[in-house]
Amino acid sequence: MEVLVYLVPLALGLGLIGLLGFLWSLKSGQYDDLEGAAWRAIADDEPPREVAPTVEAKPSTVRPA
Amino acid sequence: MQVTRDFSHYVKDAGAGLSHIDLAVEGVSCAGCMSKIERGLSAMPDVTLARVNLTDRRVALEWKQGALDPARFIDRLAELGYKAYPYETAGAEAVEAEQSRFLLRCLGVAAFATMNVMMLSIPVWSGNVSDMIPEQRDFFHWLSALIALPAAAYAGQPFFRSAWSALRTGNVNMDVPISIGVILALGMSVVETFNHAEHAYFDAAIMLLTFLLVGRFLDQSMRRRTRAVAGNLAALKAETATKFVGADEISEVPVAAIDPGDIVLLRPGERCAVDGTVIEGRSEIDQSLITGETRHVAAEQGTAVYAGSLNMTGTLRVRVSAASEGTLLAEITRLLDNALQARSRYVRLADRASRLYAPVVHATALLTILGWVLVGASWHDAIVIGVAVLIITCPCALGLAIPTVQTVASGAMFRAGVLLNSGDSIERLAEVDHIIFDKTGTLTLPDLEVVNASGIPEDVFKLAGQLALASHHPVAAAVARASNAKAPLAGAVEEPGQGVRATLDGKELRLGRPSFCAAEQLASDSRDLDPEASIVAFTDGEKSYVFCVRQGLRPDAQATISALGLRNIKVEILSGDREPAVRAAARALGVSDWRAGVTPADKIARIEELKAQGIKVMMVGDGLNDAPSLAAAHVSMSPISAAHLSQATADLVFLGKPLAPVVAAIDFSRKALLLMRQNLWLAIGYNVLAVPIAISGVVTPLIAAAAMSGSSILVMVNALRARRVTDRRS
Repeated sequence: MEVLVYLVPLALGLGLIGLLGFLWSLKSGQYDDLEGAAWRAIADDEPPREVAPTVEAKPSTVRPA
Repeated sequence: MQVTRDFSHYVKDAGAGLSHIDLAVEGVSCAGCMSKIERGLSAMPDVTLARVNLTDRRVALEWKQGALDPARFIDRLAELGYKAYPYETAGAEAVEAEQSRFLLRCLGVAAFATMNVMMLSIPVWSGNVSDMIPEQRDFFHWLSALIALPAAAYAGQPFFRSAWSALRTGNVNMDVPISIGVILALGMSVVETFNHAEHAYFDAAIMLLTFLLVGRFLDQSMRRRTRAVAGNLAALKAETATKFVGADEISEVPVAAIDPGDIVLLRPGERCAVDGTVIEGRSEIDQSLITGETRHVAAEQGTAVYAGSLNMTGTLRVRVSAASEGTLLAEITRLLDNALQARSRYVRLADRASRLYAPVVHATALLTILGWVLVGASWHDAIVIGVAVLIITCPCALGLAIPTVQTVASGAMFRAGVLLNSGDSIERLAEVDHIIFDKTGTLTLPDLEVVNASGIPEDVFKLAGQLALASHHPVAAAVARASNAKAPLAGAVEEPGQGVRATLDGKELRLGRPSFCAAEQLASDSRDLDPEASIVAFTDGEKSYVFCVRQGLRPDAQATISALGLRNIKVEILSGDREPAVRAAARALGVSDWRAGVTPADKIARIEELKAQGIKVMMVGDGLNDAPSLAAAHVSMSPISAAHLSQATADLVFLGKPLAPVVAAIDFSRKALLLMRQNLWLAIGYNVLAVPIAISGVVTPLIAAAAMSGSSILVMVNALRARRVTDRRS
């Protein structure tokens, strides 16, 4: 059972790192746009040397609000 | 039309030689728009940051200081197909954003603590029935205390603060039993841990906070989103004013950059964006957005004008006044203050529930302690059981019962085109059984339209429209709009106060006053038919026509009124406009209850009269004159085109041209109230089941945790049903 002496603090330490990570992400504004973040994950990467005006958005199934 | 636009008011210094601006963008709804905008803007030289916020529908832009004019971003977005306008975060929204971040921080801390305390609790629970030695259990309890106490002290702040401020004013809200429960649970657990006891409730206390914070956060983020959209709509109106920057030099600036004392120019056909007094010029103005009166008023030196007035004929110079200088505004502000004081007496369902709930629960806990002492238990054991009763009854489900429904219902309303200004408006809206509509701007649309378009040959209409493009007069503008004319006629001349004329194929075309077009007889015939319309005549040299221009009813006004009838809601029209105009609208809509020429004070008197009979009145209005009655009514609603003050006063704001959101809002709120009540009963039912177990003293932390999460999930799932309402018309 001596294993608890370092396993429990280790577990708590890992949890604490998670919490600090969360607070950091909150502070750096990552929760300011929850909806956009969801879409960004599946957006295509920016194509190289794209001429801006020719970029056309694909027709979307999302209804405008 | 080329005007210089000065957006420097909105540009902020982002440091490191960069400038920053926030733009509200219309029509951004998907990932496609997001990347299109970001790529389109990043491609501009010297732009260092272009990031879309899809939740708030805004774009943040940074660029090298002085390298670009912000107006170019707006043009670029227009090329991409999006309407945009600089946005300034208003005070209330900044506060909400900060609050929402604070709640999220609390939630993060509470969730972290819950997970880790659970990690320590589950071994204790399973160890209690197997082979855990007491020293290990105590060690785990102390570790739990180490995590839970600071976490609860931090994450409990929203509840403790609200409970404290309620208690200080002698009230009870839901946060009072929550705070008492959490503090007692933690306190008892610490004492029990000192005494090497088997049970500690650190996990229950911190889990309760986590669940409740989820509810709070969802509620808050829905409200924040609504506010952001309302803010965007206000920004996208792109209200500007032509300000005198020198003796004869003018510049087009955003309204936000205008201060009291400034002098602005108001040209014919422009809507005034500020409150002020005329210092020079003569004109007729349409104050219908403010007073509901559709007849035009003469304006000359000394006349007070308000934001929303439409200037018809002449050019005016207006000195901007401070917010409450005008006599009309001062009167309205006074009425408004009185009405708002009365409004704050409304007690929300959640608070009513907690007023009953808190004493019952605390009395039960006390009786349990005394009962156990009477039957011979030690004080220590009796108190432990008493606190267990409090923990079991701690209003986790009760605390979630209402906010979750509110969140889901306000989301559904948001999609139906209704924005909520105040959190408790759903409850009040659900009780409505009488609606008072204002006429001008509410039942009718604020824009002028041609009502007899079907009776005019298409080619004539087209020609008149082309001619009308040459005039700034709003009535002519309505003709031009209705005819879809794009190309103005060459050589059209405007004769001030008369009309416009042009020559085409040797024929003289005229559009303007009936006398200007030799169409008096025709005009007086039309006037007999429709006494409210403005008449504009058109002649092509041989034949004359007249156009009747007026504010049209909202396209679905009649359907909405009858839908309200189906829901047993009485409808009444109170308007500041003249009798014939109101009568015509009431007849067209089939409303038998109407009154015309009503002053703001009269409207309030009528609402009070209905209130005295126990009727729950909803006021739907848009004018400045409606603001006090909007505040006086049980609940109120404004179209998005309403005067600023009215919009800020109304509980709900609806978007777009149709009136249907009024019905949708009522349906959603009725469903929501039903579900709130259901959820309260579910929570009470759970307590009825759980309390006897707690009183009998057999509760373990495991039972407390299971019961708490079970009931919370139950009410949350039930709340999801607020997303849909059954359509009673079908």
